[in-house]
Amino acid sequence: MSISVQNISKSYKNIKAIDAVSFEVNPGELFGLIGPDGAGKTTIFRILTTLLITDEGTASVVDYDVVKDYKAIRNSVGYMPGKFSLYQDLTVEENLSFFATIFGTTIEENYELIKDIYIQIEPFKKRRAGALSGGMKQKLALCCALIHAPKVLFLDEPTTGVDPVSRKEFWQMLKRLQRKGITILVSTPYMDEASLCDRIALIQKGKVLKIDSPQAITANYEKVIYDIQSKNTHGLIHDLKNYPSHYSVYAFGEFIHYIDKNADFNLKDLEAYLENKNHSEIIIKKAITTIEDVFMDL
Amino acid sequence: MLPIIFILPLIQLVILSNAASFEVKNIRLSYLDHDRSAASRELISKFKASSYFNVSSEFQSKKEANLQMQKGNTDVILEIPIHFERNLIKQKNTNLSVSINAIDGAAAGVSNVYITQIISSFNQSIQTQLQTYNDGNATQPENIMTIPSFWYNKTLNYKTFMVPGILVLLVTMLSLFLSSMNIVREKEVGTLEQINVTPIKKHQFIIGKLFPFWVLGLVILTVGLVIAIVIFNVPILGNIFLIYGFTSIYLILILGIGLFISNHTETQQQAMFIAWFFTVIFILMSGLFTPIESMPTWAQNITYFNPIRYFVEVIRMVMLKGADFNEIKTKIGIIALYAFVINGFAVWSYKKTN
Repeated sequence: MSISVQNISKSYKNIKAIDAVSFEVNPGELFGLIGPDGAGKTTIFRILTTLLITDEGTASVVDYDVVKDYKAIRNSVGYMPGKFSLYQDLTVEENLSFFATIFGTTIEENYELIKDIYIQIEPFKKRRAGALSGGMKQKLALCCALIHAPKVLFLDEPTTGVDPVSRKEFWQMLKRLQRKGITILVSTPYMDEASLCDRIALIQKGKVLKIDSPQAITANYEKVIYDIQSKNTHGLIHDLKNYPSHYSVYAFGEFIHYIDKNADFNLKDLEAYLENKNHSEIIIKKAITTIEDVFMDL
Repeated sequence: MLPIIFILPLIQLVILSNAASFEVKNIRLSYLDHDRSAASRELISKFKASSYFNVSSEFQSKKEANLQMQKGNTDVILEIPIHFERNLIKQKNTNLSVSINAIDGAAAGVSNVYITQIISSFNQSIQTQLQTYNDGNATQPENIMTIPSFWYNKTLNYKTFMVPGILVLLVTMLSLFLSSMNIVREKEVGTLEQINVTPIKKHQFIIGKLFPFWVLGLVILTVGLVIAIVIFNVPILGNIFLIYGFTSIYLILILGIGLFISNHTETQQQAMFIAWFFTVIFILMSGLFTPIESMPTWAQNITYFNPIRYFVEVIRMVMLKGADFNEIKTKIGIIALYAFVINGFAVWSYKKTN
């Protein structure tokens, strides 16, 4: 196992940040922790990167215990905190060589690993890190986390605050790193990114709700979801919530996602109900289940 | 940042050394002369001759004089009573009334000393005159003269003892502030989190963070000493390496205090406040501005924990008195022990994991 977490719990004063969390990550896997803000993702990261000690339970990274062998872990993992935490007043190049030096290596030694990413920020290597754009900061931080060729990479919300194009690029980079044999644990609040992971753990309020591959999670969702659209979206949500057999109703992009309590419910009845409520241009169709739908139901 | 670190303290050194003077000059003196005799005029002319007093005006009534004192137009009112000269000759004894504005207690005290000096010298000369005037062939008056001799600072030049003291303050303040804000800044920016995941060792990180300030402290000391010699002509009688040796140990202590503050605060603001708390106490209880001997006993005991106290004493002893190693070795020992204890605590309380 690359990462193994057994029943860990951690409280800050009276607030339970994570509660009996367990999961395992296989070598070479891209594993995602998916959950809203405050779910406890960062706490898990800080425990696995030896910055925080658990109240209960054990955890190990590349077979090293996070408490006993913390020194070995620090040598073999790369960590990219959610907040940009490189030296803003050092240049891109200085940051990189600084981190290479404290890991006892050089940029040249592991250049192959970071080449793809570094090439994109190389034109700005004389620029101070603080003056970089969000996407470039992210790439530099990734380079610094990779400079000592870690076995496991921890990325805490790496795409928060990054534009959609850079986000897409970033995930492509992660896929390439994965192919080089690096185990990656990534957290994100964006549900659409979940489908890019090999396996995900859905987390809420410090508890793991589900662990599986994104495909299996959506495939195993037994309820049928309908996309519903009409001219008056706000009224539509209100009216659907008043429909006697509704299970859940929520906005999803341009559509309203509607789930009925009854598996055999009749679409015609719903359409008639909505027409009766003076809705026009009504569209009702089966939707493709996404991670977000599953999450909303948990 | 670097120019700020260098230039501001040196401007402070130049300005403060010229301004932080205990001498009171330009005391505004007014008088009421009810006697209008030769003796009273001589007394007033004595005051006029002194460089410390600006003898402004003569008042006709006590009331008017008091009014001017209230308005703040005069600092001292000297009232010469009627029959001043007659009493002086006949009874060899008379009274003078001196009113001093004591809003600034320290200045009033100093004014009082100057006034007493002038009056007593007047007294002496008038007595000599009277004796010779009364019976020319009589015995010589017995006069005891005290001639003070100020060792280690012959002209009692305040700059000579203030400049080394102020230099000590600057070196201390600079290194304490910079070091206490340093690691806490990394906490604030978040870089500490990244550093903590690296295999860097605790002592490597701490030394790496504090060594630049140690060097900086010594550089500031050097520049300050050059200014002290070139601009203020402060003598350096002792061995200059003794000052550097002491400062090297002293800076380790101060940086340890800074590290300690840094470890126990979360933001630069908190660190700044605590650093201020300590510097103000250290400075005011250092014996630089008020002599330690005049503090109450409990306060004197506190000053034993004040590193600035030792530094001020050592730098003055070495620069002005030419003290050698043997004379300051106890103080070096105290500071070294202090540095060891504080740094022990600071390093122990610095944790990479929480």
